Amino acid sequence: MRILLVDDSSTMRRIQKTQLDGLGITDVLEAENGEHALRQIADHMPIDIVLLDWNMPVMDGITTLQNIRSNSAYSGIKVIMCTSESEKTKVVEALKNGANNYIVKPFTPEALKEKVLG
Amino acid sequence: MNVAFINPFIESTVTTFRNMLSTEIKPLAPMLKKDLHPTYDISGVIGLSGLAQGIIAIGFSKDSALSTVTKFIGGKVNKSEMIDAVGELVNIVAGYAKKDLTEYDLAISLPNVVLGEAHHVTTPTGVPAIVVPFDSPLGNFSMEVALITPKK
Ligand SMILES: [Mg+2]
Repeated sequence: MRILLVDDSSTMRRIQKTQLDGLGITDVLEAENGEHALRQIADHMPIDIVLLDWNMPVMDGITTLQNIRSNSAYSGIKVIMCTSESEKTKVVEALKNGANNYIVKPFTPEALKEKVLG
Repeated sequence: MNVAFINPFIESTVTTFRNMLSTEIKPLAPMLKKDLHPTYDISGVIGLSGLAQGIIAIGFSKDSALSTVTKFIGGKVNKSEMIDAVGELVNIVAGYAKKDLTEYDLAISLPNVVLGEAHHVTTPTGVPAIVVPFDSPLGNFSMEVALITPKK
């Protein structure tokens, strides 16, 4: 399984990477904003899961999600939002735009495991 | 300032430490900020805008920051990771608190981290700020919230 971690916080990516490593997932790519993520996806298909932050400079998560979903070559990618945006309206907005699942920060290792493997 | 603003931020901070640092922390009595106290060695600040406006900040001493961030990341940290981690901590606290403040339709800014011995957090002029100290086994720290609903 190949996972792309998209978050402007390098420490958040490090935390996610450590937790995924504990699940035996070691094929992990990183991006620090949406533009970087789209380049990583173009260069490294096939990608199974994108773990996507919402608030990032350069290109935010919702715009990134819209870009991913507008390309049929990427329809097999499962996008899981992983963000501190916690309101129901935000979850609904992300799902409407094609997100497959949603993890609210602060998450437990169990929550991440369940959403990634589930 | 409406004191009811403060509770979602307190609960969010406690949940953030519980979920992401496996650490139980205890909020102490909130107090009105005055005379540029308290001071911090590192602080993270996020702007809040919408039907209410202001800031939320979390500030640490050098030692508290080091043990807190080491636990958060789960390993040794360098200076740039320390800065990034404090920014992400306040981002999580601010974002998670919004679910209990939906009537204000708040948006959060990207975090801004200040590093410097014994600095204070600048809160918006004319907006009373509330300081909430936290008792943490990783080292005590404080949260500051200054938020108002503009008069119509
Ligand atoms: Mg972010």
